[in-house]
Amino acid sequence: MSLPLEKADHPEKLRRIAIDPLSRVEGHGKVTILLGADDKVEQVRLHIVEFRGFERFILGRPYWEVPVMVQRLCGICPVSHHLAASKALDTVVGARALTPTAEKVRRLMHYGQILQSHALHFYYLSSPDLLFGFGSEVGKRNVAGVLAAYPELAKQGVLLRKFGQEVIRVTAGKRVHGTGSIPGGVNKAVSRAERDELLRPLADVLAWAEGGLALAKKLYVRHRETYERFGAVRSNVLSLVGAGGRLDLYDGTLRARDADGKILFDGVACDQYDTLLEENVRSWSYMKFPFIGALGPELGWYKVGPLARVQNCDFIATPAAEAARQEFRSMTGGAMVHATLAYHWARMIELVHAAEVIGELLGDDDLGGDELVASGPRQKSGVGIIEAPRGTLIHHYEVDAQDLVTMCNLVVSTTHNNPVMNEAIRAVALEYLDGHEPTEPLLNHVEVAIRAYDPCLSCATHALGKMPLVIQVLDHAGREVGRVARDAAELA
Amino acid sequence: MSEPTPAPGDTAPTFSLDGHDVPFETGQTVLAAALAAGHYIPHLCYHPEFAPHGSCRVCTVKIDGRPTASCTAAARAGAEVDSRSDEVLEMRRRLVQFLFTEGNHFCPSCEQSGSCMLQAVGYALGVTNAHFSPLFPDRPVDASHPDVLLDFNRCILCELCIRASAEVDGKHVFDLSGRGIDKHLIVNAESGRLADTALAVEDKAMSVCPVGVILRKRRGFRVPIGERRYDAAPISVVALQKKPRPSAAPKEG
Repeated sequence: MSLPLEKADHPEKLRRIAIDPLSRVEGHGKVTILLGADDKVEQVRLHIVEFRGFERFILGRPYWEVPVMVQRLCGICPVSHHLAASKALDTVVGARALTPTAEKVRRLMHYGQILQSHALHFYYLSSPDLLFGFGSEVGKRNVAGVLAAYPELAKQGVLLRKFGQEVIRVTAGKRVHGTGSIPGGVNKAVSRAERDELLRPLADVLAWAEGGLALAKKLYVRHRETYERFGAVRSNVLSLVGAGGRLDLYDGTLRARDADGKILFDGVACDQYDTLLEENVRSWSYMKFPFIGALGPELGWYKVGPLARVQNCDFIATPAAEAARQEFRSMTGGAMVHATLAYHWARMIELVHAAEVIGELLGDDDLGGDELVASGPRQKSGVGIIEAPRGTLIHHYEVDAQDLVTMCNLVVSTTHNNPVMNEAIRAVALEYLDGHEPTEPLLNHVEVAIRAYDPCLSCATHALGKMPLVIQVLDHAGREVGRVARDAAELA
Repeated sequence: MSEPTPAPGDTAPTFSLDGHDVPFETGQTVLAAALAAGHYIPHLCYHPEFAPHGSCRVCTVKIDGRPTASCTAAARAGAEVDSRSDEVLEMRRRLVQFLFTEGNHFCPSCEQSGSCMLQAVGYALGVTNAHFSPLFPDRPVDASHPDVLLDFNRCILCELCIRASAEVDGKHVFDLSGRGIDKHLIVNAESGRLADTALAVEDKAMSVCPVGVILRKRRGFRVPIGERRYDAAPISVVALQKKPRPSAAPKEG
């Protein structure tokens, strides 16, 4: 499944190009490309250059602090960490089943998170590439350019995100880094007045979401040949699947398929994740390389996130999203789609689904119930898995008899996609850079491939658009022989 | 502390607080009289149910030009009290910044965030950063007690728990040890563990911590954002309401 570009035989003799930092992604990362004679691509790597210490500094802290502390991993999808940690600690406090109110308030919070994060990614981060072209004028290839050229579309993106953030505020107390979910349940219900406030713009939200989905589909169909080829990587897929095989982003069991769509495993309980998945490390990145243990590191890597999910599930339980899923699957007659750029289409199907689920939940009186917290016999450990906007997110904790955390293992969504992203940029580098003098538009093609996966590279910091970019060309002795730079001022 | 109740026809003595006449009873402190008259002076170690202590110095004012802790200074008729000049505010701000610097005060993940007096006073004083380099002391928590967690990281040495345990509970569970920057809270057990002390969750000492040191276990974050002590109004308003002081130990439920 993999391309032989991870390690060149004699890197010291090659010309090194670095895209550092990557722009219009969350977090900090860089890409290095080593070029040989005639600019032949010899090595391509996506590096994650930040170290996260959360697994270490959560140790020795009381378990009820964990859902609030670990969400500080990220400012884009903190709700995902907040809820994954809560789900793990539900097990620790013996809450085998949540109260209906707690379950539905959490689901509402989560689908608000999915909606705002997918809107952020499509409208703010990726639409400049998709609307203007991967090699278009760099000064306009940003969200400000979209605002100028497509003001109504940009406005809808902003308002969709705002709506998702409001759903989070109502359920978690704050738009970013709230405290609504606690081990065993939630700390507040959603009142009738709050539900009415969120229902008011819902019809517009659904219409905007469906408009965004139509645009993503139109772009894919219009440029189908390019989109299907661009950075396409055949791989296994992994996600949670809900009851009866439905798409469920909050809870379910683990299912994996191979690149042809054949089930590799299904119905696996979340607490068995470590019997299925293993991780490798590389010296050149802080991000691990996970794989399905039974298949080994060469064949066992997999995709997660929207493209994996809409193909891994059997159906979507809301009408507009299900119709869109069927249309997406019918494009290939049901065959698995591995096109990197198909992530955008799949993501917008999920955005519509999120809007539909939010509408359903807001009509449910259970949201306003009094029973907020459940408990039962105490357990020593717990695993919580959730489908975050970017893919399967795993939190695993052990807690001692004094209520302090003694072990923490986090496998975040972007980590699962690490091998796939590396392969995708190798495919793009071979197609667009091989034998060409690297220019900013050509290098942006590499970033377009990474952006499609919506990576959260550090899960700790994020910077959006207009990031300074420096490409250094070094000779074999490390001397700078060429330099292309752009900064925020140049882009303004 | 009761409000001044002058006899009919009698006029209570007053002092001037930032240009406002503040009446007081004989023996009342400047801080108590100011609070009773509806004037907030920031404070941390002061608690109306205990004798003034004067250790945190956050309530420092200038009385007739001289810096003094207003919680221990007896009110005097005709005194000029400055509580709001730039010099006094800056002094208080620095004191609070020292407190943030000396401990490990990570508000984003602290269960007392929103109900913490230190955080609220910080906001009231416009403290936007620690100013000094944080010391990041190594202070392991004591989780030995089945129902109570001691998180020493947040201790500001106000001694309220010491006073409450000794004067109300009659147990002497808490004390301070060490000198200067090494001064720290200890518990009264040979093992040094809270589990081996006489502390019970009903004790007064459980409810007086102004920060997040003495915590009822398994209750953290049960109070939603919006209902925490300082969510609806700043401490300058809350401190003047005749309600119990913030408790580090949320009630059951």
